[in-house]
Parts: sequence; structure tokens; C-alpha cells
Amino acid sequence: MQNRYVLEAKGISKRFPGVLALDNVDFQLKEGEVHAVVGENGAGKSTLMHILGGIHKPNSGRLYMDGKEIVCKSPIDAQGYGIGIVFQELSLISELSVAENIFAHRQPKNMLGFISKKKLSEKTNELLDTFNEKINPLLPIKFLTIAKQQVVEILKAMSHNPKVLILDEPTSSLTQIESDRLFENIKILKKRGISIIYISHHLKEIFEIADRATVLKDGKYVDTVNVKDVDEEKIVSLMVGRDVSHKYVNRQDKIDYSKTVFETRELSHESLFQDMSIKVHAGEILGMSGLIGAGRSEFARTIFGLDKIKSGEMYLDGQKVIPKSPADAIGMGIAYTSENRKLEGLFLNSSIKENCVSPQLNNFTKKGLGVLDEKLMDDYAKMCVEKFNISTPTTQQFIRNLSGGNQQKVLLSMWLGIQPKILIADEPTKGVDVGAKAEIYEILRKLADSGVAVIVISSDLLEVLTISDNIMVMKSGKIAAKLKNSDADEENIISYATGVSI
Amino acid sequence: MVKVKKFIKRIFEARESVLILLIIVGAIALSFVSKKFFTFGNIKAIFLGLSVEAMVAAGMAVLLVSGGLDLSIGSTMALSGVLTCLCINAGVPVVISIIIGLLVGVLIGLISGTIISRWNINPFIVTLGMMQIVRGFVLIFAKGVTVINLPDSYTVIGQGMVGGPKGIQIPIIITLVVVIVFDLLLRKTKFFRQSYYVGGNEKAAKMTGINVKRVKITNYIIVGALAALAGIIMSARLASASTNIGLGLEMKVITACVIGGASLSGGEGTVLGAFLGSLLMAIIINALNMMGVDVYWQNVMTGAILIFAVVLDTVLKQRRENATNSLKAQA
Repeated sequence: MQNRYVLEAKGISKRFPGVLALDNVDFQLKEGEVHAVVGENGAGKSTLMHILGGIHKPNSGRLYMDGKEIVCKSPIDAQGYGIGIVFQELSLISELSVAENIFAHRQPKNMLGFISKKKLSEKTNELLDTFNEKINPLLPIKFLTIAKQQVVEILKAMSHNPKVLILDEPTSSLTQIESDRLFENIKILKKRGISIIYISHHLKEIFEIADRATVLKDGKYVDTVNVKDVDEEKIVSLMVGRDVSHKYVNRQDKIDYSKTVFETRELSHESLFQDMSIKVHAGEILGMSGLIGAGRSEFARTIFGLDKIKSGEMYLDGQKVIPKSPADAIGMGIAYTSENRKLEGLFLNSSIKENCVSPQLNNFTKKGLGVLDEKLMDDYAKMCVEKFNISTPTTQQFIRNLSGGNQQKVLLSMWLGIQPKILIADEPTKGVDVGAKAEIYEILRKLADSGVAVIVISSDLLEVLTISDNIMVMKSGKIAAKLKNSDADEENIISYATGVSI
Repeated sequence: MVKVKKFIKRIFEARESVLILLIIVGAIALSFVSKKFFTFGNIKAIFLGLSVEAMVAAGMAVLLVSGGLDLSIGSTMALSGVLTCLCINAGVPVVISIIIGLLVGVLIGLISGTIISRWNINPFIVTLGMMQIVRGFVLIFAKGVTVINLPDSYTVIGQGMVGGPKGIQIPIIITLVVVIVFDLLLRKTKFFRQSYYVGGNEKAAKMTGINVKRVKITNYIIVGALAALAGIIMSARLASASTNIGLGLEMKVITACVIGGASLSGGEGTVLGAFLGSLLMAIIINALNMMGVDVYWQNVMTGAILIFAVVLDTVLKQRRENATNSLKAQA
């Protein structure tokens, strides 16, 4: 019976103070299907999932499980009805073992009422077998890679024998290979008759894994489509409400190959990368591709003075430079936007204004005493908001209240303020929705047009191909290939990055 | 019109205005309870009572903003008081003795700050250790007894009046100057504003080229120096340097800062807030005294106010957050 709905939501509305987050949304999940839910940030995907998972209560609408109405007042209720959720941010306890995380507060006991490690291991191994994963059940979580931690998180949800499993952006911190492995696991679950709701920003994945997709926009239901009947552009246009192009813009004519802005010669780090020789020309956008852990960010961080150089040389405008600290690097005109904007890029509890001015406080002091000029800072922040189209009511808004795309724009505006000669943008569109992505690409292109050398590090192949004029692929701390955009495609980049020919 | 409205809104959003409001309401209520409350003498007594705390709280607020914490202030206060007085009694000129006392505070701050920032050790642990080390040195130097017999040229710092015998005590003036100076420094200057960045996100601060170590060490030195200054003023006021002076000061000072809007996780707070926090506590204790409440109830009240202030602030923040979130979702 293909059209029996295991889970159905009818007319769900959810109002948060002052806003309608979901407006009369319908959603139907068939048994044993993988159903993608897509939409831009703020479209209501998370709210809908939170309602299905019992975390939020809807203001109106009904939920049906196997045709019977259910009321989820808490996540425990939802679990009881057979709905399991794996959130994007993993919620494991890093000091505790795999087994204890999976069976938190329901560990099997022995005769004395103590936790039985033996039974705990056995039960965990049974679960691990479903995915053919070999992890020692007694190993503390902190020793596992993010991908393995996610496996544990999924198993934790699976240990409740759910009928429906919700995966919220499961691949956001996985490499290509790890994602493929995840897809294998999803297929295993699907075979066992479990229905899966899959949330992702990566549309490509949806075509790989999903049977159907529901599109939400601004809290409203847009459409549900059979994935095999549509293409990526169709889904994007449903999501955004307009066409967004993700094609490479040929800007070879804007690159001045006679002028090398930045160069490294056989730059080596103690352990993380060796013999890196690159040249970036005025106006060029150089994409750096490779697997997570290939040494791309480490290379960038070393250029920015965060790590020590073991050997090799760096030249900026033909001058030899050795940045010993970020302050040094900033002084020379090197800017680096971290891949982890929340952890080490931005001041989340400070305003847009405070963030925008942070790398160049010296430029905002009145003469003498180092007193800051508030007016100057205000004006600068206003200029940034306008120039980069940051959507916010005021420049006093806290960064934590901004969407991922707007946060990234603030981060870029912060660093463009130092008027760098070279900008290294590390994963500039991580967690950023489609519309804002296009804007960020445009910002980077304009910056390059003005003669700045730009390096973009990205694990998203499509992104590398969209933004880069030239592409460098790294593998295990070394340069595996240098390609012109016209010579590059997803297949050859992956094969250079993995060392496996496809 | 819009600008004025925004300005008013911002004033009401600031933690300081809530405190000022509480202080005004409290003061009015108290003036009904006791006619003595609004006398010049009583107000002076309140300010004199809080002068030591508020002076150290000014430095502590800066330190908390940068994500630090110093538990050794009470011990530092005692050590600087004892050493300064010992020097004076040994014949060292008063001014030099005072400088020695202040340098002791600077040194303690420098050591704590260096250990904390060099090896990234939890400030709670380092200054907890420092608190005991310094208190040990107090007893070693003073041989366990109170230092007395201090000259008038020294005690005038603590007992003197500005504006004649009915004027204002010097400690009050010094405290007000310290509070105003540090409030302006933290609010207006580039160097001290860096504390908000360091306390808000240390990693990001390092990335933006801020010399995190320098900011941290400077702030520990400031707290140490202000604690030392408080110790000197206290010993001058009492005309003696006792070894158990400053016991429990850290709790009072941190309480004042937190009531004033500082957060133990850093990135938030102002010097003015910390001052208003200690003023609010002092008024409440003054009220309890005037109503004849047993002195042992003071601790209970102080603790209760601390928890109340933080709960209130958290609830208000969450509300504001929800409101902005819904605005965001609308946008």
C-alpha cells in the first residue's frame, strides 16, 4: 500500500510572539519513503520538525499517526508514538561511552541493580550491526569522528524502534565519503520499512536519496513533488520564488596574470601540510578543494599567522613576509574568515556595529587617548549593512539574532574593512541558504574585480566550481592538482581529492 | 521624534536604568520608614560603607567583562594594608610606603594574570590559590597581629574630610573618582573596549588581531592595584592594619558586579552598573539596620538580592530575545 500515510499533519499553524512561523501547513509521509523537506532558512522547516517531535505545540492543526489522531505534548510522547529525531547539533555526552549515550537513563542492570556493562555492550553491538558499523561500545564519544558520532546519534534514535525518523541537516559537517556512507545507512533503514524525513540545504543530496520533497516558503506550504519528476532548478525556484543561477561566471578577462599578489613557495608546516606552492593573481578567485582534514584550513591559518611555518616562504606583492600573529597578518593586508564563524569568527553577543569594527578599532579612534568615535563606528556599520544588504532592523542588533547568511555577510564586512590585499574565505557559505549564497558569491566576485586576490576554501564541490576561476585540490597536506575552471568538473576534483580515479 | 523614542527605549533597556529605578524606589520607601534616611549624615554613612567595595568592584567589572575573575582581592587588600603600615612604622616615608603597597597589588595581579593567560588556566582556580597564598603572606609579615601606631599623615587618607569637618570623607571622593574614570575608560577607549571582545569570544578576538594576553593581564593588574588601594584606605581609616581585613570581600564585590549586569561568562557589564549594584546592596543593608533587623540577616538578604537580580535579568532578556526572534522571522 503505497499511499498509506504513516504520519500526517493537517493544517498546522504555529504562532510565536508576533509572527506566524507556520501557516496552515499540510504534510504527508508515506510508509518506507525518504521525504525531503526543503526551504530557505526561516521557511519553517525546523518549526514543523519541532512540532512533529513534540518540542513545540501547534496553535492549530492535527497530527495523525497511522490514521489515528495523536497529541504530542513532549518529546517523550513523540518517542512513544514512534517518532525519532536526530538534530543537526549532536547532543551526545562526550565523556560517556557509546553504549551509555545510546541507552542513557535506561541502562540494563545486573542482579545488584548496578549497570551491567556486558549487557550494555551486547545491546549496543546489536544496533551497530544494523549499519555494519564497528565501534567499540565502551569507547567514550570524544574519541569518535563527527561522522561516527552521528551514527551513534542515529542509533540512539533507532533504539526506541521508531516508525518515523527525522534527520535534520545530517550532512552539514560530513565529508563527501562520510555522506555517502550515511546514505547507505538511510537505505538500510528504508528497507526495514522506516519512513524518513530528511532536511537538507544540499539539493543534490535530495536527488540522491529522497523519493518525494515538500517545499516550504515563509511558513507556508508550497508544493510536494516526486523527486524523479523534477530537477534542481525547479526546486530552487519553488523555494526562492525566483530563479537563482549557480553557474560559473567567466571572469578570466578580469584577472591580471602578470601581477602576482600572493605567493607561497614550498610552505611547510610541522605536520599538517608540506611543500605548498601557490600563486594568486590580482583579481583572481582561487578555489581550494579537498576532503575535510586535507590541510586546507591549516594552510590558511598558517598564512594568517595562527600557526608556525616550518619551512618555505611567503610573498605579498613581491615582498617576503612572515606573519607571526593575526595582528601581524592584518597589518600586512591578509584577511581570513574562519570556517567556524560562531566559534571563532564573530562576537555573537555583541552588536553588528561592534563586530564590523572589531579588526580595525585603531581606525575609529579620535586623536589622542585612544578614545573611540561612536559616530564614526555607527556610520561605518550602517554603510556595511547597506552595502552588503544585511537584513536587520538596526546596527545595534545582536549577531546571534541574525540568520546564517546575514552573519556571514557581517563577517565579510568586518574583514573587507581592513582593505586586504588578499582574502581567504574558509567555507563562506556553510549553513547559508540559497538566496544569500548567491549574494555572497557576488560580494566575493566584486572584491576580486577590485584587484584583491581571493582564496575560497570549500568542501562543496558545486560551490568551488561556481565561484573559482582556478582550482587547487589538496590531498593529505599536499597539492594534488591545479586546474582551470574550464578543465574541472566534480568527477576529476573528487578523484584528485581522494586519489581514487572514478 | 523617532530618535527621541529610540533614545528613551535604549535607556530603559540598559541594566543601569533598572538599578537606578530600584534605588530610587527603595530610597523613597525608606524615607517613609525612617526620617533619618534622607539625612546628609546617613547618605554619607552609606557611601563610606560601600567605598571599599565599590572601588574594587570598578576593577572587577572590567575584569569580568573580559571573561576573568579574581578571588584574591580580599587577601590583596589585607597584604597591601599590612605592608604599607609596616613600612611606615619602620620609618619609610608615607608616600613611598603607599607606593610599595600599591605595587604589591600590581604584582599579585601580574602573577595571576600571567599564569591565567599564558597557560589558559581557569581563573577561579588560579586566584583561589592566590587568595590563600597572599593571605598566608599577610600572617607571615604581620606575625599574626594587627599593626597599629600609625601617624596622622597617613590616617588622613581614610579619616580626612573634604570641605571642613562636616564635609565628605576622602575615601568617598576617591571611590567616586575611580568609578568615573574606569567607567569612562571601559566605555570610551579602544584599549578597554577590547575587553568586551575578549570576554565575548576569545578565539574571535585573537583572530581580529587583539592582543588577548595583554588585555587580560592588564585587567588583573588593575583589580590588584585597586584592591591594594582599598587596603591602604581601609587601614588609614581604621588607623590599623588587621590581618583579617577583606575576608569575604570577593563575594560582595562579585555580587555587586553581577547585580550591575556583569556576567561570569564574560562580555557583559559596566563599571557604573557595578557601582549601582553595590549602592543598592548598601541601601538595603542600611534599611535593615535602621529597622533594627538583626545584623545576621544581612548575608541572607545579600544572597537573595543576587539571585533575584539575575533571575529577573534572565527572564527580561529571554522576553526581549523572543520579541527580536519573532521580528527576525517576520523579516
